[in-house]
Amino acid sequence: MNTRQLELEVMRYDPEKDEAPWFQTYTVPCNEDWVILDAINYVKDNLDTTLAYRWSCHMMVCGSCGMMINGEPSLTCKTFIRDLPDKVRVEPLENFPIERDLVVVLDDVMQKLHKVQPYIIRKDDPPPQDKEYIQSRGALAKFKQLTMCINCMCCYAACPQYGLDNNFIGPAALALAHRYNKDSRDQGKSDRLDILADHDGVWECSFVGACSEVCPKHVDPAAAIQQMKIDGAVEFWKQKMGIPGDKS
Amino acid sequence: MSRQPYIRPMSKTTWYMRNKRYKVYVMRELTSFLVAFYSFLTIIALAALASDSPDRWNAFLASQQGTGMTIFHALALVYFLFYQTFPWFKLAPKAMPVYLGEKKLADSYIIIGHYVAWVIVSAFIFWLAGVI
Amino acid sequence: MAIAKKSVIWGLFAAGGTLTAFVFPALIALFLLVATGNVPEGLQFGQFHAFASSWLGKACLFIVLFLSLWHAAHRLRVVAHDFGIRKDALVASAVYTVAAIGSVLTAFYLIGIG
Repeated sequence: MNTRQLELEVMRYDPEKDEAPWFQTYTVPCNEDWVILDAINYVKDNLDTTLAYRWSCHMMVCGSCGMMINGEPSLTCKTFIRDLPDKVRVEPLENFPIERDLVVVLDDVMQKLHKVQPYIIRKDDPPPQDKEYIQSRGALAKFKQLTMCINCMCCYAACPQYGLDNNFIGPAALALAHRYNKDSRDQGKSDRLDILADHDGVWECSFVGACSEVCPKHVDPAAAIQQMKIDGAVEFWKQKMGIPGDKS
Repeated sequence: MSRQPYIRPMSKTTWYMRNKRYKVYVMRELTSFLVAFYSFLTIIALAALASDSPDRWNAFLASQQGTGMTIFHALALVYFLFYQTFPWFKLAPKAMPVYLGEKKLADSYIIIGHYVAWVIVSAFIFWLAGVI
Repeated sequence: MAIAKKSVIWGLFAAGGTLTAFVFPALIALFLLVATGNVPEGLQFGQFHAFASSWLGKACLFIVLFLSLWHAAHRLRVVAHDFGIRKDALVASAVYTVAAIGSVLTAFYLIGIG
């Protein structure tokens, strides 16, 4: 196995000691098939145990290891060093306050995920306990892509509107709302639209599209948001004309 | 252990210089100036027409001629096509997903549909104007 | 009712964007043609005046200009925000007022033709 010497420029920040973040450089001998997370783990294990960062599954399903790699929001477990130059800049996810080193404060987004009511809302009586909701494969196909979100928050790091004004509810929360709006079992679309069509909801999005480009699971939040804008616009006229709100 | 989260500053005026993706987005959004410009130029044309006087209309047409205008319109056309029309078509499938049973209709069909419609609309406008 | 206003404005913006994407290249091409000195027959006074005198012609011209003005207005509002001009209410009033003036002028001139 060939090794490659990678020079990692890693952002450090100790809230008890530092006024501002600074960069520390580590030289890491990497196997060619490594991902950048392997290199960071090498640093932690062999060079500097004080480095703080989040990671878990190492297989793109937990969403813990989102960071900026050479300025691009990425999962460190998905970014292969064979696709990177010898000098790699590793920073915490953009647009979030830095807790320490590569760890960011995600409270804002966590609160927003809750805000969109991410659960099945029923207006009808629920089906009897011994039956399930019937959902065809075609109905599932309509929102399945949106269920793939692993909450890595790379989309928020990529979104300049969130960076400019973090009142914006943001891509992942909106994609999550759309996931439920598109679910044939759900009847809460008009409830959610009140939040989504609000001042800091979908209208803050200017369709930069960066969120969808960086999403490691191809959720395509940008598409979800545009569809919700149309939904919002249509819903407004429906309400004006007295047509009852959508049940699903 | 005391917390002191650090908020990295983001320039409100030059953030888009950070990477190519953002620069392309800004170039796209700046086509709005062209939309405003050509809208008002057309309104000026209508003002000339509203005089019901052929002389005023021809004077307007004459004022629109020249090398400077030619170059401007040519550049504007190219800029508009590549930063408004073509990107708009490319993004259209995102706003209007079409499902046939379980499968989603491929984006390319929707995009090609837009191009075809665009050619037809442009041809119609050119026919109305007597170009073709 | 911020919700109501924003969805209407966005609706106009989206309709305008779609319309301009389809129609403006041809429109700019016509201006280009005129600039080179080749005025096509349809833009000579006789034919164009006749077109703009018809109610269909007026309707088409009005819809195109109305939607384009509002599309440009809303987009310029977003551009201002993206370039760091944060006085959104002020910018919004300015751009939408200009669009409104443009729309009124368009209607005024169109009615006055023929």
